[in-house]
Amino acid sequence: MRGPRAPLFLARAVYRQRRLRDAARLLPLVGFFLLMLPLMWSDAAGAGHTAVYVFGVWALLIGLAAYVAPGLAQPEADSPAEDA
Amino acid sequence: MRQVLLIEDEANIAEALRFILSRDGWAVSVVSDGARALADVVRIRPDLVILDSMLPGMSGLEILLALRADPANAALPILMLTAKGQLRDREAAERAGVTAFMSKPFDNSEIRAKVRELLGA
Amino acid sequence: MPFNVLVLTCLAYVAFLFLVAFVVERRASRGEMRFLRSPLVYTLSLSIYCTAWTFYGAVGSAARTGLEFLTIYLGPTLVFVGWWWVLRKLLRIGRRQRVTSIADLISSRYGKSNLLGVLVTVIAVVAATPYIALQLQSVTLSFSVFAQSSPETWAMPDRDATAIWVAAGLALFTILFGTRNLDAKEQHHGIVMAIAVEAVVKLVALLAVGIFVVWGLGGGPVAMITRIENYTDPNWAIQPGRWGGLIFLSAAAVITLPRMFQVLVVENVEEGHLARASWAFPTYLFLISLFILPIAMIGLERMPAGANPDMMVLTLPLHEGQGGLALLAFLGGFSSATSMVIVETIALATMVSNHILMPAWLWLRPQAAVSGDLRGAILLARRFSIIGVLALGLEYFRLSGGSAALAAIGQIAFAGMAQVLPALLGGIFWRGGTKLGASLGLSIGFATWGFTLFLPSFGAGGVISAEVLQHGLFNLQWLRPQALFGSEGMDPLIHSIFWSLALNIAGYAAGSLLSFPDPVERIQGAAFVNAFDDELQAERLGWTHGQAEPEALMNMAQRILGDEAAISFFEAEARAQGKAGFLPDLTPRFLAELERNLAGSVGAATAHAMISQLFGRATVTVEDLMAVATEAAQIMEYSARLEEQQGELSRTARQLREVNEKLTQLSVQKDAFLSQISHELRTPMTSIRAFSEILAEGDLPSPRVAEYGQIIHAEAKRLTRLLDDLLDLSVLENGTVQLDLGLAHLGQMIDRALAAASQTRPERNFDIQRDYASEEIHLRTDADRLVQVFINLISNARKYCDSTAPILRIAVRQKGGRVVVDFIDNGAGIAKDAQGLIFEKFARLTDDARVGGAGLGLAICREIMANLGGTVSYLPGQRGAAFRVSVPLRMEKSG
Repeated sequence: MRGPRAPLFLARAVYRQRRLRDAARLLPLVGFFLLMLPLMWSDAAGAGHTAVYVFGVWALLIGLAAYVAPGLAQPEADSPAEDA
Repeated sequence: MRQVLLIEDEANIAEALRFILSRDGWAVSVVSDGARALADVVRIRPDLVILDSMLPGMSGLEILLALRADPANAALPILMLTAKGQLRDREAAERAGVTAFMSKPFDNSEIRAKVRELLGA
Repeated sequence: MPFNVLVLTCLAYVAFLFLVAFVVERRASRGEMRFLRSPLVYTLSLSIYCTAWTFYGAVGSAARTGLEFLTIYLGPTLVFVGWWWVLRKLLRIGRRQRVTSIADLISSRYGKSNLLGVLVTVIAVVAATPYIALQLQSVTLSFSVFAQSSPETWAMPDRDATAIWVAAGLALFTILFGTRNLDAKEQHHGIVMAIAVEAVVKLVALLAVGIFVVWGLGGGPVAMITRIENYTDPNWAIQPGRWGGLIFLSAAAVITLPRMFQVLVVENVEEGHLARASWAFPTYLFLISLFILPIAMIGLERMPAGANPDMMVLTLPLHEGQGGLALLAFLGGFSSATSMVIVETIALATMVSNHILMPAWLWLRPQAAVSGDLRGAILLARRFSIIGVLALGLEYFRLSGGSAALAAIGQIAFAGMAQVLPALLGGIFWRGGTKLGASLGLSIGFATWGFTLFLPSFGAGGVISAEVLQHGLFNLQWLRPQALFGSEGMDPLIHSIFWSLALNIAGYAAGSLLSFPDPVERIQGAAFVNAFDDELQAERLGWTHGQAEPEALMNMAQRILGDEAAISFFEAEARAQGKAGFLPDLTPRFLAELERNLAGSVGAATAHAMISQLFGRATVTVEDLMAVATEAAQIMEYSARLEEQQGELSRTARQLREVNEKLTQLSVQKDAFLSQISHELRTPMTSIRAFSEILAEGDLPSPRVAEYGQIIHAEAKRLTRLLDDLLDLSVLENGTVQLDLGLAHLGQMIDRALAAASQTRPERNFDIQRDYASEEIHLRTDADRLVQVFINLISNARKYCDSTAPILRIAVRQKGGRVVVDFIDNGAGIAKDAQGLIFEKFARLTDDARVGGAGLGLAICREIMANLGGTVSYLPGQRGAAFRVSVPLRMEKSG
């Protein structure tokens, strides 16, 4: 629910938290895109390389999620509205 | 002749005062309620107002406040009489700008002296 | 490896799990939960996603189709790293709505529809049965692997017998720890801890095998990758349709599978744990998957051609003579299978008992809901459900013969449960989804899945004849199970997912758009979609207004939460509202908060019911009632007591308020009393003194002397009368009055009173209305005193009635042994707030109406009537001022 007078510019911390949420929302889409890439590769690419690539993407996703999660777990920093 | 306006609803007390003060040479008009009293102050332009504290309609204090609210009456001497005899009433009257205050009952000589004093005789 | 060692190890391991679960349950019941329910335990418990299908089947799948097995873990990874989208909301809704299973969630969202609950339950049971069979199969298979390799002659028990023993053991464990108590939140701490331990065992086992394979057999990671790179098998090429489809399918499954929902939402103790799990659970999946491909690779190279790839995790170490490693692997597989079966069984049993057995039982015996001990019935239903679900799985295993590849069965189950996804996601993101839409979508999707995937899985000629498979249902080409609407050449699994979900979504959307939701649906829809909106949440609970007093709520909260806790909670809430003191305003937010607080102690349903009671509102849902029914007796007694107490409280408060008002007014009056007495005495005294002085001067004309003498006399009389009144009053008040009792005629008394009172304001002409016939009564009383009262009342009317054509009506009635005389005039009457004061001394209401008398009249009347054994009171609501005198017909001396 939007507050009666939402400030035009948010405090820095709140702003960061909002962007963190955007990142969290973006993450699965990025992951899906990256995981679909092997489909476009030629059949010549062997399973070994694909496996390395997939596990690499996987590790990247985990790393990013681990980076984002602590900031999101905190209670919403006094934010009047959730910019969905 | 100097005019005295007596505002008193107890007819017998009014009669007594009228008798005493006329005999002293003052012209006395009697009125028994507040609204008419205020009109009479304007009409008669009395030199002294004697005011009972407990009156039907407006109370004595209210009449006092109304009178003092008019700058024309700023210097008008007002003598207030009360039968309640409570200090609180007296203080309220003094704050409202009463000139003199007297408890009922009173000695006739006492009120004659007070009136003379207030009328500067 | 001796087979009996295996059995012993197995039993020891199971005993260990029992011990873990037992100890945890003990500690949980003592409230020591901190370590037991950490984010780590939560994450590990999520690993029941990895069943025996993962442990054994993934290697098999990798051996057959290369990288495709990864999709099963990539889907959940995407869901978890994208937790901010769906999981966070599911968790919030699950906690807020006290959801007990996925069937409960769907049913609750769509207006607490039991039909939907049954539908989801049926889908879940049908989809899960093969899956449970699969776990039993993997355990028996792994036993037989050891049995075959065992050099001893110790006879391997037959396949079915092993499965039965395992199933029985699992049933025992699940019943012991799954139905120990009936928690409103359906949480099972012991089981969660046990599966967390099993999660560690399976990860360690798989990693150990993997490390042995890569470094022990494969020559290190680089050599391993090269080996895989050089392996050529046409089946290993990634198929785009299956790759994307399976990622989607597994993503859907991780949300909808009953056991996943159980650990993810129902067993969750803190929403914050999800943030940690968002990366920790994908890490677990990553580690589990890491060595699958190498194990498959080496297995393909080293194992004999006919070896079952689904058992390579076990057979490869055995083949290489690593007995200990094989035993560890066996325990890992055993853990995977058992933990899955236990949680799945609990989840399914909850659904079956809540949505099918209990409603049926309550329908058969409706009186049980009110009186009986539902607790026992529910627990019994749970136990039967657990046994039933396991028996189904066992039966499926025995019938199917355990031949199908592990992976295929898992995928079929996933696709079945995925049918819940449209109703689930639609339910939490779209307020427009309705019960009809959800039922339609679910049924169509379920039917399509059954027709295109589940039934054909029994093989041609199984349930679906080869004829139908070939030429379609009713010989319609476009109704071929694996080429629906002419979609030939698709992979059967993808074909089924595509059509079932497409038709499912179409049905859901069409049904929702065309139907109109009932009120409960709309409220629930709003609550689900706006799960992060606290105010709305409070409105859903129905606390928008109410009549309960904050004191009563505080009183109740104190009894439940304890004095200190309740007081500090109320104080904090009041402070949050910007109020001082302990009593906050009853805002919807506060009430919802209070209910949540109470729910922690007495259970959510009970808390809701109790607050409902206090508010006199019946927003308790059917579900709430079911939960509460077990405690019906206590609650009814409790709430009755509360109600009584509340009534008493507000009564006392009202009385106190009234007395207080009267006291303050009386104290003001007491001040006024002295002032009044002074005034009333001094006024006549002033006249008397002034005139006596004048007369004493002696020079007056004689008419004046006479006149002034008269005045002195009159004022002296007035003074006397006043003193008489005061004296009279004091005598009457002290009860020392002498009554002169005798027979008197009421009519005559009224005549006398009227005559006497006519002295008061004689200029006013009153129209007196009397009914003489009714006045023909002879009273035994003190006539003079009674007449005095009448005079007073009549005089008052003469003085104060402000009508221009005043009327006084005197009405007499005889009532039992009493005579009631009403004096009613047609004036303005007495203002309500003054009615309580008029009988007090000097309570003259307006200076305006001052017509002599000191305001003692009614006070005297009251005292007289008290002395005469009667009353005088003001009769409100009579248009004018009305007084009622009630007096006994025959007054006795003693009375």
